[in-house]
Amino acid sequence: MMELIEDGYEYLRDKTLDSIAEVGRIAMLVGDTFRKLGRGLRSFGLVVEQMDHIGVQSLMLVFIVSLFTGAVAAVQAGYQFANVVPLKFIGSVILRSVIIELGPVLTALIVGGRVGASIAAELGTMRVTEQIDALDAMAINPVRYLVVPRVVAALVMLPVLTIMANTIAIVGGWIVCLTTLDVSTHTYVTSMKTFFFMKDLWSGLIKAFFFGGIIAWMGCYYGFRTEGGAEGVGIATTRAVVSSCVLVLISDYVLANVLFRFIFNS
Amino acid sequence: MIKIRDLKIKLGKKQVLDGVDLDIPTGKTVVVMGRSGTGKSVLFKNIIGLMHPDSGSIEVDGQEVVGLPEKQLNEVRKRFGVLFQSGALFDSMTVGENVGLPLREHTKLSSAEIAKRVTERLEWVGLQGVEAMKPASLSGGMRKRVGLARAIAMDPAYILYDEPTTGLDPIMSDVINRLIRSLQQRIGVTSIVVTHDMNSAYHVGDELAMLHEGRVVFTGTPDEARSTSDPMVHQFIEGSSEGPIKPL
Repeated sequence: MMELIEDGYEYLRDKTLDSIAEVGRIAMLVGDTFRKLGRGLRSFGLVVEQMDHIGVQSLMLVFIVSLFTGAVAAVQAGYQFANVVPLKFIGSVILRSVIIELGPVLTALIVGGRVGASIAAELGTMRVTEQIDALDAMAINPVRYLVVPRVVAALVMLPVLTIMANTIAIVGGWIVCLTTLDVSTHTYVTSMKTFFFMKDLWSGLIKAFFFGGIIAWMGCYYGFRTEGGAEGVGIATTRAVVSSCVLVLISDYVLANVLFRFIFNS
Repeated sequence: MIKIRDLKIKLGKKQVLDGVDLDIPTGKTVVVMGRSGTGKSVLFKNIIGLMHPDSGSIEVDGQEVVGLPEKQLNEVRKRFGVLFQSGALFDSMTVGENVGLPLREHTKLSSAEIAKRVTERLEWVGLQGVEAMKPASLSGGMRKRVGLARAIAMDPAYILYDEPTTGLDPIMSDVINRLIRSLQQRIGVTSIVVTHDMNSAYHVGDELAMLHEGRVVFTGTPDEARSTSDPMVHQFIEGSSEGPIKPL
């Protein structure tokens, strides 16, 4: 019995220490990225290449997801408004829920799945096939060469993708309004204009910026720490995706508080 | 000249290197041999600072590299070319981009000059017209040769070979062995070859060092290795499962 308790204690202690160490290592990777930022940006070609991977190649996915997000938002709003709120307000509800929440968060979640997985799998494979060691051996810093371009590209592209997602979602909502809710384009647009606040848009884009960092850093971190062969790459990929999605949602809550209570509270 | 003294490293609970002493004289090829798992690759990674020892010293041309900050360590690394076991080519790049990468990163050569150097180094390793190919479409032997071309792109003073003939057919192994020899003669490079392939060891080595249980238990010329009375060395070079070294 005592042994069982001791084993349990050791297990918990090791797990706790591991988690603390993990947070520390992630923080060190983030710090390292900033230190290498200047030199990393000089290889601008690598950044552009990653912008294509992370941004341009996610366009179709973001397009489809946001079109339906907007459509669902309209359907749901229509259903919940029924006999309670006049449908002329539907534009503003769709607009604000999309630009504050749905656009940035859903974009981050799907891009996190697509890009986080691909970064972790690529860097993980590079790790297990000694390509990252080879960079070190050639006196090329792997953080500068691999992490900086991915992080910078994600920081830039997530807000860009979010702007696109917002636009498409509003179009999706508009299509539903026209076709099934009997709301005219004029009513839809007027309602959006009346309740549009610039700070809503900004808060969404600031969140998207942070989400971009989370996705790229998680992918790079788990990719770099891959051990073993194909199995290790699989584990790294899963961890990168799961952790970035969870962190996106947690930071969404934190950022919402910070942004609306302290920064945009006027 | 590389001087390794009392190098110790523990990985997990295992004392992988337990006081390694080894000299690699300038212009010579030293073969570090030993069974799989005796710490050959760990020793190799310590020399270029991919792993850091718990204690001991590694001097490269009189400069201590253990504990060196990254910036100075990178200056030392630029004097090394490394051929990894799998070639470690970047599969997102073409062969030409792979070989040219250290030149693009560390020199101010124009892209025409880099292309010229890349072609030349690929020719040195017996490859022509492969610049535009992707590593995935190359055979194992070709990948190693491209890896070697990349390792010598910067005219290194030292080349480290990690299991250069592992996984190759006997004919390709001979090609690689001859290349290691010819590079030593052509550019007077100092080489460390980590291997358990005795054919290769005899062929390329000026000196052989045997690593066993984290220590160097034998150093000598290939002839001395052949005629040694040390039962451990004898067993290893004969490739016998009977003797003082117990198969695990």
